Amino acid sequence: MSGDCILSVDRLTMRFGGIVAVNDLSFGAERRNITALIGPNGAGKTTVFNCITGFYKPTSGAMRLTHDDGRDIRLERLNDFRISKQAKVARTFQNIRLFPGMTALENLMVAQHNALMLASGLTFLGLIGAPSWRSAEKRAIDQATLWLDRIGLLERADDAAGNLPYGDQRRLEIARAMCTEPALLCLDEPAAGLNTRESAALSELLLAIRADHGVSILLIEHDMSVVMEISDHVVVMDYGVKIAEGSPQDVRDDPKVIAAYLGADEEEAIAVMESGT
Amino acid sequence: MTAPAPEPTLASRAPGAAFIFKKALISALVALVLFSLMIGIRTEAGPTGQLIYWTRFGDLAAMVGAVFGGSIIVELLRQWWGPVGTIRIVPPSVQKTLAVARRGIAPVLLIFTFLVPVIFYNQRYILDLGILVLTYVMLGWGLNVVVGLAGLLDLGYVAFYAVGAYSYALLATNFGLSFWVCLPLAGILAALWGVMLGFPVLRLRGDYLAIVTLAFGEIIRLVIINWQSLTGGPNGVTGIPRPTLFGIPLTPGDDGLAARLGIEFSTTHRIVFLFYLILALALLTNWVTIRLRRLPIGRAWEALREDEVACRALGINTTTTKLTAFATGAMFGGFAGAFFATRQGFISPESFTFQESALVLAIVVLGGMGSQLGVALAALTMIGGFELFRGLDQYRMLVFGVAMVLLMIWRPRGLIGHRAPTVFLRHSQAISSDLVKEGHG
Repeated sequence: MSGDCILSVDRLTMRFGGIVAVNDLSFGAERRNITALIGPNGAGKTTVFNCITGFYKPTSGAMRLTHDDGRDIRLERLNDFRISKQAKVARTFQNIRLFPGMTALENLMVAQHNALMLASGLTFLGLIGAPSWRSAEKRAIDQATLWLDRIGLLERADDAAGNLPYGDQRRLEIARAMCTEPALLCLDEPAAGLNTRESAALSELLLAIRADHGVSILLIEHDMSVVMEISDHVVVMDYGVKIAEGSPQDVRDDPKVIAAYLGADEEEAIAVMESGT
Repeated sequence: MTAPAPEPTLASRAPGAAFIFKKALISALVALVLFSLMIGIRTEAGPTGQLIYWTRFGDLAAMVGAVFGGSIIVELLRQWWGPVGTIRIVPPSVQKTLAVARRGIAPVLLIFTFLVPVIFYNQRYILDLGILVLTYVMLGWGLNVVVGLAGLLDLGYVAFYAVGAYSYALLATNFGLSFWVCLPLAGILAALWGVMLGFPVLRLRGDYLAIVTLAFGEIIRLVIINWQSLTGGPNGVTGIPRPTLFGIPLTPGDDGLAARLGIEFSTTHRIVFLFYLILALALLTNWVTIRLRRLPIGRAWEALREDEVACRALGINTTTTKLTAFATGAMFGGFAGAFFATRQGFISPESFTFQESALVLAIVVLGGMGSQLGVALAALTMIGGFELFRGLDQYRMLVFGVAMVLLMIWRPRGLIGHRAPTVFLRHSQAISSDLVKEGHG
């Protein structure tokens, strides 16, 4: 894959004991594009995500993140919170991980932690209520309000996140990730558990985020309507290896992909397709 | 057991009755086994040293009957009133009055506390008790940072209390430093110990964290006992200087406060001074904690309690966040320790046993984890209430235990079981304790 890649994954391998979850995987995500990572259950998609976002340390391979200013960051050398803080990679989780006992607004405030920490003079300026801190806090609240408005949750800003409906929680988690001002946004099954209408709204939100904030998006998704509608590039995985990649249309017609999804042999799948057309 | 439906029919009640009966029967059986030897048979040494015993089956039967009946009553109460979270039929007007009362309770309590030395000037016992309660309020508020906000279960909090007390005692007796110089030093030293404890336990969670902090508390105590050359071992440190009012001693001498003000000397002056000193320290703790909660560090503590993985995904350094929580809590414990040393004038390792840690933790849990007002109320109930029951002699512990059990049945998340948001757009509304996580360490 050519062009301007924000993320290039090169020969990534992740082993858990004897199990090879990801095997020699290489792919790239282009800047300001929406790249989808799809594949049947257990294909190793979330493992790839966990490697990119620093939750796992890959067994081997390289992951290079290139910022707009040309700064290169080797993700496999960073770990834990530094991926988000320094490399500006934000993520959401397959099973929503909000702070349920905190309000929607507080959730978005926590996401701005690192910027606010500096503004509060590592707490000391904040403790004495310095004016610079106050204005920084106000800006942070404005930023959070802006996002709450975008995801249509302004009315419920002061409600506990755990009390929000499922679809709202999904959108709030995306807004929270965006409040860290990422360069790359990784979404792990953002449409899981959403109904058709909510899925459509999600697609719109993701397209709007990309258009307005110039952020690149990498997503894992099972909902093919979302994948086909918004992705620019699709990478298909099965059993830890990449079996296909290309535009949504290409991938949809790829016999190997159909075989992986139908669980049939390649020849059989081709036969099925040919008899269908 | 399920909560009763709003309008229970006879049919839905019937299995409930069977359940209650069965439960009471089991309780009675356990009581029978337990008490058959404790109450049923009484042994004593006879005049020539032989064992004589007699049976008290009547008392045993009465006891088992009481357990049976009591178990039914408790179950019925639980089913009718239910724990927090079940359907409650409280009219809105009552709820509104309660909400007003809840808002008013903190200022009323504060004003009353300020007036205590005025009202009870001649009652030394009440003043001493007030100082004791305030010391535990301060310790509770300190531990609340670690347990209530950051969700890190710390069973060794007394270690920081001890570090603070010994810091002041040793600095004052060996180098003659004044209380006001030693107070910040004691806080800083305790905070350092907090960080030292923090490092090895960063990777631990829940039960494991609790065990290591428990061990840490014991290690500090054992070091104090055995490092005789420095700490005086089990004999403790004596002759710790009393605090001065910024250099003016509260003594009967010519340079004492009473002589300078031209009033008659009274030992009560010192007690009143100590009372306001600990009140000021406790209020400082409270003020700082409330401020910290609204700062990014405080929000990060609470976020850590809610979900550590999500924190890491948002770029929050969980290591420093945990360490600052430990250090802040420890610092307040150190302040309280320095105050304890100057108040007592004598400290020994006996004052810093696990029981103290457990008591402070009980105050935090009972108060409602994370709630400042709850902790203050719990300290008042635990320490003050304990003294209140003094007239009941040997039944004191029993009454106290029953009160605790009842409280935990009705308010399993503590006296103040809801969380107040740290920031709001339109209106601040309390968050139900059902949503707030307790943290996993």
